[in-house]
Amino acid sequence: MGASANAKANTKAEKRNRAKEQKKTGSPEKLLKSFTQDAQFINDMTRWAVNLKKFVLFVFQLILIVGVCYVIIGPVLGIISSSFFSNSDYYNPMVYLIPQEPTLERYKLAFQYLKYGTTVRNSLIYSLSLMAIQVFVCSMVGYGFARFDFPFKKVLFGCVVVMIVIPTNTIMLPLYMTFAKFDVFGIIKAVTGSAVNLLSTPIPMYIMTVFGCGLRSGLYIYIFNQFFRGLPKEIEEAALVDGCGIWYTYFRIMLINALPSVVTVAIFSMVWQYNDTFYAKLFLISDNIVISKKISTIEASISNVEKIYDPSILELYLDAGIVLVMIPIVIIYVLLQKQFIEGVERSGIVG
Amino acid sequence: MKTKKKFLTLTRKRSIVGFIFILPWLIGFIWFYARSLVMSVQFSLSDLTVATGGGYTLDFVGLENYIYAFRVHASYKQVLTTSIGNMLIDVPLITFFSLFMAMLLNQKFKGRTLVRAIFFLPVILNSGAIVDAMDLARSMMSGGITSASAEMAAETSGGVGIAYYIQMFSSLGIPQVLIEYVSGAVSRISDIVNASGVQIIIFIAALQSIPTSFYEVAKIEGSTAYETFWKVTFPMVMPHIVTNVVYTVVDSFTNSEVVDLAYTTAFTDMNYGLSSVFSLCSTAITCLILVIVCGWIQKRTFYYN
Repeated sequence: MGASANAKANTKAEKRNRAKEQKKTGSPEKLLKSFTQDAQFINDMTRWAVNLKKFVLFVFQLILIVGVCYVIIGPVLGIISSSFFSNSDYYNPMVYLIPQEPTLERYKLAFQYLKYGTTVRNSLIYSLSLMAIQVFVCSMVGYGFARFDFPFKKVLFGCVVVMIVIPTNTIMLPLYMTFAKFDVFGIIKAVTGSAVNLLSTPIPMYIMTVFGCGLRSGLYIYIFNQFFRGLPKEIEEAALVDGCGIWYTYFRIMLINALPSVVTVAIFSMVWQYNDTFYAKLFLISDNIVISKKISTIEASISNVEKIYDPSILELYLDAGIVLVMIPIVIIYVLLQKQFIEGVERSGIVG
Repeated sequence: MKTKKKFLTLTRKRSIVGFIFILPWLIGFIWFYARSLVMSVQFSLSDLTVATGGGYTLDFVGLENYIYAFRVHASYKQVLTTSIGNMLIDVPLITFFSLFMAMLLNQKFKGRTLVRAIFFLPVILNSGAIVDAMDLARSMMSGGITSASAEMAAETSGGVGIAYYIQMFSSLGIPQVLIEYVSGAVSRISDIVNASGVQIIIFIAALQSIPTSFYEVAKIEGSTAYETFWKVTFPMVMPHIVTNVVYTVVDSFTNSEVVDLAYTTAFTDMNYGLSSVFSLCSTAITCLILVIVCGWIQKRTFYYN
């Protein structure tokens, strides 16, 4: 566009000049003509160079993005395709990615041994309920840190950061001990005679989450704190002037405004809780509740009951099981994907 | 009653309410975290025997566990150094890779949502069993990225292999350390990509929060894309580099072999004291690294607000 306008201007100038020149002599006309041609040539060349640069950059980016996407998606595709392999496909070296005799037998057995329906239901109930508690508690704590002044606030917020930084593995033994003999100031012992053993139930997880120390709670508190700090104070002041109590303000105004960060935290906590095997192993939570723990034993149980001893065939069953485990979480993610990305962008994970 | 009312000014009232807001977390922190840390130190200084019925007894043994861990134990020192070495290699790679990818993904192009969804996939699929199966699937795929490292292992493969390039670069006089670092980075590219999902998202969010007027000014002043990156984008993203480094360090520590070792020592060998020593020492070292690195970055950080 710019070049054509330039060319037009050039021709106009050329005409004007030519009229001028013709009054004088004929010789400079040639010179001028060659000059305008040069200008046009340079113009064309720069445009071409710019376009080429753009094109090369585009191709480079395309290759990079497609390549990295391949690195991520490749193994997933591998798992999905090999979950359809029949035995003969597996032993046939000519078969790569696309099975010749696809079979659903892997899915049938995996479905059966995972007790898929009930386990997924339990697992979803477990992680969704924990998610709700996480969002509630962490948003409250984050709001408290963001909007109120109280003594030792900085020290306490430092403790939140410590919670993020110190991995749970450091404190796993004491936690195990605490919940193996669970007691609150000796009250339970006084009532029932002995401390309760809460291991092998999901209760420890719920207790920890209610008290804001669940799976990665520190991170969620941090996210909420950053977000609430970014909201304008005027909203609350207006609410206060209109006679709105602090709790009402929090639940009906602030939490609604914090929707982007609520979505972000909700998805993070849902996904991580669903995938978590660390706490599930530590607290010996039954694998009928945590599906990602159950998947790790599926190979052994199929091998024992179905008398299949080839480890690489067992691997195919595991692949089918993994596809089954992934399905619910992928569905949830696809449904909430857009809100999630937008939410992260606005939620002030960014301080 | 009257005197009490006199003391409750609005600010005091608000501070009490604020305290109530954070109270559940405070209880949890003291109950689970602070107490557990103290207990961990206690365990590490004593010989723990589990009594029947779930209780345990502690015999104070002083620094014996520490001495055992560092002087006698067969593999702890080795595992610790490899874990920390891997961490130190991975952290800068992950940080810069995710910044780079975030800048790519922040542009407008067709199918951007799809690509972003794909980039977040590793975060969704990071459960233990799934990750193991993924590693296996990755190594099963012929010709993929993993064959690069296999090729490097088999240096005898003739022709123009990676070994050939490595040799070429080293004969060009490029320092051996640098070559090893780069080739190591290439061979673990899939680990790096899989570990940088959250970081990419944080950086995308950070890039979006930079006012566009900054870029306009830079453009008017005639700065090139390269200059714009170093003078505008990089300083504005700097504070989030700290966040990302912290996240990466903690994440790679939680997935490291030291943690596995501590876990098996505790729950397979039933040696609780030694396990506490393992986790306490590695945590202390990680925190030290964090403090040093963050302090170093923070000195160079420019805060806009």
